[in-house]
Amino acid sequence: MLSIKNLQAKIGEKQILQGIDLQINAGEVHAIMGPNGSGKSTLASVLSGREEYEVTEGEVDFLGKNLLELSPEDRAREGIFMAFQYPVEIPGVSTINFMKTALNQIRTYRGQQALDAVSFLGLMKEKMKLVEIDQSLLNRSLNEGFSGGEKKRNEVFQMAMLEPKLSILDETDSGLDIDALRIVANGVNKLRSQNNATIVVTHYQRLLDYIVPDFVHVLYKGRIVKSGTKELALELEAKGYDWIKNEVAAV
Amino acid sequence: MNVATKRDLVSELAASRTRSYSPADQALREDALTYLKNTGLPISKTEEYRFAPVTRILEKNFDSLTLSSQVNTVVSVNEFLIEGLKGNIIVFVNGSYAPALSKIVSNPDQIIIKPLSKALVENEEVVSALLNQKEDYKKDPFSAVNTGLWSEGLFFHVAKHTEVKEPVYLLSLNDASSAVSVHTRIVGWVEEGSEVTLIERFETTGHEAAFHTQVEEISVAKEAVLNYYKIQNDPGKSIQVCNTLIHQSDHSHVNTFTLTMNGEVVRNNFSIAIDGEHCESHFHGLYLLTGNTLADNHTVVDHIKPNSFSNELYKGVMDGHSKGVFNGKIYVRPQAQMTNAFQSNRNVLLSETSTINTKPQLEIWADDVKCSHGCTTGQLDEEALFYLQSRGINKDSARAMLLYAFASDVIATIKDETLKTYFDQLIAERLHKNF
Ligand SMILES: Nc1ncnc2c1ncn2[C@@H]1O[C@H](COP(=O)(O)OP(=O)(O)O)[C@@H](O)[C@H]1O
Ligand SMILES: [Mg+2]
Repeated sequence: MLSIKNLQAKIGEKQILQGIDLQINAGEVHAIMGPNGSGKSTLASVLSGREEYEVTEGEVDFLGKNLLELSPEDRAREGIFMAFQYPVEIPGVSTINFMKTALNQIRTYRGQQALDAVSFLGLMKEKMKLVEIDQSLLNRSLNEGFSGGEKKRNEVFQMAMLEPKLSILDETDSGLDIDALRIVANGVNKLRSQNNATIVVTHYQRLLDYIVPDFVHVLYKGRIVKSGTKELALELEAKGYDWIKNEVAAV
Repeated sequence: MNVATKRDLVSELAASRTRSYSPADQALREDALTYLKNTGLPISKTEEYRFAPVTRILEKNFDSLTLSSQVNTVVSVNEFLIEGLKGNIIVFVNGSYAPALSKIVSNPDQIIIKPLSKALVENEEVVSALLNQKEDYKKDPFSAVNTGLWSEGLFFHVAKHTEVKEPVYLLSLNDASSAVSVHTRIVGWVEEGSEVTLIERFETTGHEAAFHTQVEEISVAKEAVLNYYKIQNDPGKSIQVCNTLIHQSDHSHVNTFTLTMNGEVVRNNFSIAIDGEHCESHFHGLYLLTGNTLADNHTVVDHIKPNSFSNELYKGVMDGHSKGVFNGKIYVRPQAQMTNAFQSNRNVLLSETSTINTKPQLEIWADDVKCSHGCTTGQLDEEALFYLQSRGINKDSARAMLLYAFASDVIATIKDETLKTYFDQLIAERLHKNF
């Protein structure tokens, strides 16, 4: 589904991604872990098309298309979704309103008919249940005055609405208490299928008790320095990141 | 004398004098023009007109400002009416009242609506108590121009304890198929305990130069309510200067909304004199500019008496080579204790060639008051744009969505649903809302 080869990217003069290789197939869940500042959010941003980041080397193929050539909106329409680490607040734009526009522009792109108001509402109700989110929240200005947990839940709600092929969850667990974490993880798990894939970015193993990954990668200083299965996450939890840092330093 | 300009615009203007309607009116006009000859039109160094080169654009656009008034050739104004709005329609074409295009439906026991020229004769006492009483032509040169030259105006007088259900819609249509210079006036009185809605709309057809001044003096008596809307939509080479003064007495409420969209130069000198206790004033403006339009809003909220509340919110979106100017003065006089006065001016610049000059000026002489002001200028929020795009929304729609959201809290203040829908359409169209 997604094939990343030697991806390098910088922001301003600062080189952040130093050559990333990653292969993700349909049905898989990949966890990307690593200490703060290692480039996890940068990778997520580059994949979703944020313009501040300049790709200096490498290729990204998504379902046979050169992802790096597509605009952010076309990437979303092709099936990429990023749940933001820091969702922005947009005064005056409600989640419901912009989701309707988003969904219908995606449908038009795919040659499907726009949803009428009734079908949209039906779909919305169904997805609201999935992430246990209240409609009053969705009527309000996007993320304005939302708690940390409400923002993250709203991200997962949007993901549920758009039914992406590849979801990238950037620290969706940060700022969540254990109940909120369970709800968010539960939503993500219900959306998992053999046809889609998920990248879970986190630096705690805690989330991975709920969203069980097939593979775990450790990102450090812009490189994937270690890959393994879910046991790697437990090992990291036990030993801390210094273990990885020392290993890298020794090479 | 005005030394900076080669031409003597004041004499050109004075030579196109219209007739007067009474001996007192005649005397006032002569005084105003004499005063104007001595002071001249503003030059580029005139502080109050630093960013609004009205005089220079007049020189550029007009070969001569001595213009005779034109005959009315307009046969229909349907395209300039507001769909669904049931009310009084008063149409001025090139500064003359057009009775055939107008329709006064309200009961005259509730509200008297008539051309000011007629009211000067028929309602002399009321008019002379108001005309040039609240507004002093010496405050602004274009107010003096207007006082000397006004050809026609709107007079309205709401009786006591009357809620006028039908709004007063004043359409000022200028036919600029040849150059026009138009000077109109509004005199209004909302008596004790009454309510009325006034909607003013300015439109221009034709592509030649147009110069329009208007002076408005509206008195809002004790416990009365005035809802005031203005739509400035004169395309082309039009220059407009409006001097508006609303005077409030105890317990009165005033809601204003000025929407500026088109024109070469639009200058609004808009003052609210809060000359009563327990008044409320909601003072709103939206300027959505494109092309070469320059819109300059100079506002004054003058708290003269204690215990009143004012809230001013002006927002602007500038694209192309347009220029926005906002100057917001708040005065809190020594007696005006317990005043609450808030002001906010927010701007978005969409292009590198658009500009905004914004200046709050608070002068507070009372000590027990709550006042705040804030102004912001920025581009569209890139983070928010990316967020919307990352959900599959194309960039143009995302931009429109953010701009529309930016304008929406001003639109939300409009209470009348028909008007709200109408303003919403105008604004949505201007901002290319396509979702
Ligand atoms: N806009 C930016 N400008 C400059 N440096 C940035 C910017 N965004 C991120 N960085 C830097 O890039 C590095 C990687 O950041 P990030 O991808 O956010 O890491 P992570 O998500 O793994 O914590 C950090 O050193 C960070 O300071
Ligand atoms: Mg991060």
